Amino acid sequence: MMRLPRFHYYRPRDIREAALVLAGEENAMVIAGGTDLLPNMKRRQQTPRTLVALRHLDELKRVTNGSGLVIGAGVTLTDLVQDRGIKSAYRGLWQAAAQVATPHLRNMGTLGGNICLDTRCNYYDQNHEWRKAIDFCMKKDGAICWVSTGSKTCLATSSTDTAPALVSLGAEVELETAHGQRTIPLHELYRDDGIHYLTRSNEEILTRIILPDGAGTRSVYWKLRRRGSFDFPVLSVAAAIRFGAGGAVDEARIVLGAVASQPVLCDSASEFLNDRSLTDEVIEEAAALCARAAKPVKNTDFSPHWRKRAVARLAAYALQELRGDDMRATREKIARQAL
Amino acid sequence: MNKVTTLKRSQQQNAHIGCQVNREPVQVSVAPGKTLLEMLREDLQLTGTKHGCELGECGACAVLVDGEPILSCLYLALEAEGCSIDTVEGMALDGRLHPLQEAFADLGGAQCGYCTPAILLTCKALLDKQPDPDRDQIREALSGNLCRCTGYQQIFESVEEAILRLDHSEQGTDLKSVPGSGG
Repeated sequence: MMRLPRFHYYRPRDIREAALVLAGEENAMVIAGGTDLLPNMKRRQQTPRTLVALRHLDELKRVTNGSGLVIGAGVTLTDLVQDRGIKSAYRGLWQAAAQVATPHLRNMGTLGGNICLDTRCNYYDQNHEWRKAIDFCMKKDGAICWVSTGSKTCLATSSTDTAPALVSLGAEVELETAHGQRTIPLHELYRDDGIHYLTRSNEEILTRIILPDGAGTRSVYWKLRRRGSFDFPVLSVAAAIRFGAGGAVDEARIVLGAVASQPVLCDSASEFLNDRSLTDEVIEEAAALCARAAKPVKNTDFSPHWRKRAVARLAAYALQELRGDDMRATREKIARQAL
Repeated sequence: MNKVTTLKRSQQQNAHIGCQVNREPVQVSVAPGKTLLEMLREDLQLTGTKHGCELGECGACAVLVDGEPILSCLYLALEAEGCSIDTVEGMALDGRLHPLQEAFADLGGAQCGYCTPAILLTCKALLDKQPDPDRDQIREALSGNLCRCTGYQQIFESVEEAILRLDHSEQGTDLKSVPGSGG
């Protein structure tokens, strides 16, 4: 039986108090839904001395309309999926959230938690005894990367579903400390390092996700995994396109998930699509550019070679769906759920 | 730092929490590192809630917190303060099984039975919200519950039978007279 290690537990009155505790305590972490942190603590992958609870803070659970949409980081994935406004205006985000884990985990897990999801790897997401038997890895307690023993950085995979979708939609995030706050584009929250995968400092709390006005932009999210539920992505493609008056692409943003330690922006494919109509040839060309941007390694389910080949297919499906093709049968085959 | 020290609310020591379990108020003294699953099984002796993977990968420990199915292995007991918790022990009312339990018993919805309490509660939460779900909606609601006996077909059929019986009982029909009941 795996018990949680000992820790101090704080229940702050508000975000400011949470930020004060976070800044004043050594090795403190925030806990919201707990669906990522608690398994990691049981396996001793993450061993905070202090947990600062956010679950009960109502100020993190609001969804507000402005010129765009502001979503509190504490909104559960279930609440997000049940929001009809999000389903219609930010379809890609909705499809991503609807495919996270299982209904039970979506009832607990929050959007903020999914954005900050710890990177994952076959050599890291194991219990303490397993990891000890291979003399650990550089992400926790060890010195070497077992995925690629010559690698100087940790290659653990970014496995968040919502982040690629949010990045494709041009989302920003607000980070708050006891002394102030800053707002940055979501893609700047990440870096391609499996250990230090977030640019967020330990004292900062992710409080809000800000989406630009969704009118005129179509978005989709395609996820590849072995099973139809539970699994993290082994590959995902998020795409958002604003079409111009003539039906040609005005602006496109394609983002890959689970092929690096951060969501990967396919700038070459996005730029290629500008001012072009989504013909079959254009889609194939853009999909090939996406595959070139992906460098999957052997750290998750399925072989890297196959995952790289699958990038082009999944990207093509995403673009076909954005063009207006009926992709329900393909969706059903791949996602095993109607989206 | 002094300011932070004064903000300390809860330490490593046990804390007393109050919540409702199966409609009855309970007071429990729990350590911060205790999960709701451990509290239910070890402090309240409610062992109907099963202990599976402990990592959120199987669904065997699902209970209802304020009517929503959650995984008790990933829920801190401390955070259940003030909540209403339903476990399988509370499903029968006045000595009578819940129609879901009856249908599972009659149609072979349980094989080894280890995943059954969590599945019953997950279905109860579904039916409380939506009395007449179709097969796809049942599948989706149960997509977080693994059955290692792989008896999913009988599970879906049992849920659909329970929906029929609930429907009949609402119309005043005696449950025992419904065809297919009684095994």
